[in-house]
Amino acid sequence: MSIAQGVQPEGRDIAAIRDLLAQYGHLQVDVRTLSPNGDLYLAGLTSLATVNIMLALESHFEIEFPNSMLSRRTFATLRSIAEAVAELAR
Amino acid sequence: MSSLHAPGVGLPAFERLLQRAHILGREVLGACAAEVDRDARFPRASIEALRQARLLSAYVPREFGGMGLNVLEVARLCEALGQYCGSSAMIYAMHQIQVACVVHHAQGSAFFRDYLRRLVEEQRLMASATTEVGVGGDLRTSLCAVEVNGGEFRLVKKAPVISYGETADDILVTCRKSPDAPAGEQVQVLVRREDCTMEPLSGWDTLGFRGTCSSGFTLTAWGKAEQILPAPFADILAQTMHPYSHAVWSALWCGIATDAVNRARAFVRAEARKSPGETPPAALRLAEVDGVLQEMRHSWAGHAREYHELLAESRPEAFDNFGFAVRTNNLKVSSSRMVVDVVGRALLICGIAGYRNDSKFSLCRHLRDAYGAALMVNNDRILKLNATMLLAHKEG
Repeated sequence: MSIAQGVQPEGRDIAAIRDLLAQYGHLQVDVRTLSPNGDLYLAGLTSLATVNIMLALESHFEIEFPNSMLSRRTFATLRSIAEAVAELAR
Repeated sequence: MSSLHAPGVGLPAFERLLQRAHILGREVLGACAAEVDRDARFPRASIEALRQARLLSAYVPREFGGMGLNVLEVARLCEALGQYCGSSAMIYAMHQIQVACVVHHAQGSAFFRDYLRRLVEEQRLMASATTEVGVGGDLRTSLCAVEVNGGEFRLVKKAPVISYGETADDILVTCRKSPDAPAGEQVQVLVRREDCTMEPLSGWDTLGFRGTCSSGFTLTAWGKAEQILPAPFADILAQTMHPYSHAVWSALWCGIATDAVNRARAFVRAEARKSPGETPPAALRLAEVDGVLQEMRHSWAGHAREYHELLAESRPEAFDNFGFAVRTNNLKVSSSRMVVDVVGRALLICGIAGYRNDSKFSLCRHLRDAYGAALMVNNDRILKLNATMLLAHKEG
């Protein structure tokens, strides 16, 4: 099972994250075409763009990312972001 | 000379190597620094002397025949050389950055393992072509792409700056991974000087660092596909090029500042000798600038030590966190400001003797070189990156 600590992201979370990525991710592909496990860095996500994604996620989900979660792994895929959000929203 | 980098020797051997670097600095780099600066010519004799001392392979691991020094030791060499000729020290530092890219990221490839052995044997000088006409200095964006066909590559890049490009043996060139790759999907390609043509785009008649001969060229290169570094450039930049550059650059700027303060010391001593028993007024200024120089030295040494420890942990994800990147940028911005500050203070101490080109206390070249530090990767660009990263990074 790939879901960290058994926290299951909701489908609507993934949809919301997809919207935020479309707005702030500056990706080089259409976000709607990305699968939940598609590599966002390969899709053109830069580490600086993750800052804006993080700020948008914090505002939308009313959460705060600790430094320890600001890693490449957290922002690697739609699913990994959703898992982090679910973990922080608990 | 060989005893200086004999295998199995510890710190005392490094201290001897450092002494040797100072001797080379005084006798060769320092002796031609004024002329190199005046004529904006490549410091051939300096680089040849570093070659003879096998210093071009200082960072290559011992298993390939190199000295196996760590980043802190290489930075100390750069600081030493910076005291005699800023341009020679800058060329040496830039070379080490390219060597580190290969050492850290390409040892998995048979071609590059062989390359490291040849670099040691032939003491090959490596240069770099990162920036590109049309991308405005952003290292993480490339327009040009490497085209691979039947195991051979071809690459054309318009580079506004390739430091000592015409005299280097090899050039690491950043480019897109393939003609259909996005601008940020980059690789580095090792281009041999004999396998490329370089058509001049711009010259290098500048205020300082004149001997680095950082002219612009349209580079057309070809070679084998195995000359492409196996790691993504994004990783090479984050884990090596960015932290290694700012450590060795800050160290050599500190070397320039050190020599400026040494000239001010000599000037104050000469003043003091005129009336023994009375501390000359300029001695107070010397006491002040000595403190600033000490801060500067601690600043780069602290960063180089942290970087060395991160490398020793061999956890590439340690570089993911913004904290280290922010600290690396802080080092660059503060060191490049301090070098101007320190040389300026030394100039006030030496007065007109420092302002003259034809005096043993002259600080003209030091000051002109110092002003370049804030511009090579512009401080404003770096501060903007930090401003963005600090929105996410929550601890100082």
